[in-house]
Amino acid sequence: MNWYEFLLKNRGEVFERLVEHMGLVGASMAISLVVGFPLGIALVGRARLQRWVIGAANVVQTIPSLALFGFLIPVPWIGGVGASTAIVALSLYALLPILRNTSTGIAEVDAAVVESARAMGMTPGQVLWRVQLPLAAPVLLAGIRVATAMCIGITTIAAAIGAGGLGVFIFRGLAMVNNQVILAGAIPAAGLAIAVDSGLGYFQRSVARR
Amino acid sequence: MTSPSNGLQDGYALEFRATGYRLPSGLSLISSLNLKISRGETLVLLGRSGSGKTTTLKLINRLLEPTEGEIFISGRSGASWDPIQLRRGIGYVIQDAGLFPHWSVERNVGLVPTLERWPQERIKARVEEMLSLVGLPPEEYAKRRPSELSGGQRHRVGVARALAADPPILLMDEPFGALDPVTRADLQREFRALAQRLQKTIVFVTHDVREALFLGTRIALLDQGRLVGVYSPAEFLKATEPEIQAFVASLDNGVIHEEGK
Repeated sequence: MNWYEFLLKNRGEVFERLVEHMGLVGASMAISLVVGFPLGIALVGRARLQRWVIGAANVVQTIPSLALFGFLIPVPWIGGVGASTAIVALSLYALLPILRNTSTGIAEVDAAVVESARAMGMTPGQVLWRVQLPLAAPVLLAGIRVATAMCIGITTIAAAIGAGGLGVFIFRGLAMVNNQVILAGAIPAAGLAIAVDSGLGYFQRSVARR
Repeated sequence: MTSPSNGLQDGYALEFRATGYRLPSGLSLISSLNLKISRGETLVLLGRSGSGKTTTLKLINRLLEPTEGEIFISGRSGASWDPIQLRRGIGYVIQDAGLFPHWSVERNVGLVPTLERWPQERIKARVEEMLSLVGLPPEEYAKRRPSELSGGQRHRVGVARALAADPPILLMDEPFGALDPVTRADLQREFRALAQRLQKTIVFVTHDVREALFLGTRIALLDQGRLVGVYSPAEFLKATEPEIQAFVASLDNGVIHEEGK
């Protein structure tokens, strides 16, 4: 039996795990956007704070994902075995590209355009929402795209702490020493990553063209 | 700003009183500047790079706040103005125009009227009027993006945008700096005619002494943050200050002399 036949035979569970996987990715991305986007905006023009916050997010990135999932299990409130722990860890990973691209994207908007916006009597909020964010949008979207692709990959490891997702097949296959089972998890995960990435890429290009 | 009672009595649109600007590091960019600018005149701030011309301009619309002294705008202390309202009453044109690249020409020109919540119909009519004023037929240019315009056309749109809400004061920071010499000469001639017609108070920054002589009703020379002197173009050529003479002498090094001055 090759992986394709295994996939077809177990399509019910594969679909379920795929949905679970997308749920984990979606929840984590939502949290890191809600945190990272305003924080990234707040860091613009605060060079010292920006170095510290982005430095901290960088450190989180260097922690191996399996270890981070493990570290979080004993932490009260957010820890324990299951999806919530995984979502916390995944949000932390997704934070860096979102933070970095939000603050650098806004900082790189042509200074003359921002100055003329202020000089024409736009309020700071109008300058941000009508000038800086629309002009930084392609860079912001690039950050979201990188974070999402990365998140889809790392989510496969979340199965190790009982969060479910397509990683369940990978870990099961490893335990069974069965490549077909591993591929039944790995291939849909890769497909999901490619699909989401090209979708966001298309959106990014259409925004950049406007 | 548009209220006729605002300081019309004193006759000055702008007045610097012992104004200074110092960076947090202590470096002084402008020191004890005293200067009165009358309504309807075109005052040129002339000086070398780093002489404080742009700083002076930004003190007027409060992009920078003076660290010493005061500036009176339409007879009222700058500090007493709400900065947002103040800026909507002062047009601002910079080099390469600073247009919003993601907006059409029409939206760019209608910026301040939109911020001031004019009715849509009135904005549309005003935008068309302004584009015609600067020589860009609206039917051809209104829907274009700034990236679809030449440098000279972008400058025209920048002027149209600055004038859209009919501000009594116009600030221009080396607006012709990035243009080729032929386009620049054309736009300088047009701009001089426009300035005479509109009777706006214009503060114009340049390092080009020919441009200063051609456009200014008076020329104020800044050197290292200090005002050296303020003269009409004719007086400027005969002034005795060495800093001014250096500028006047640079005229003779040039090949082309402006005609019909």
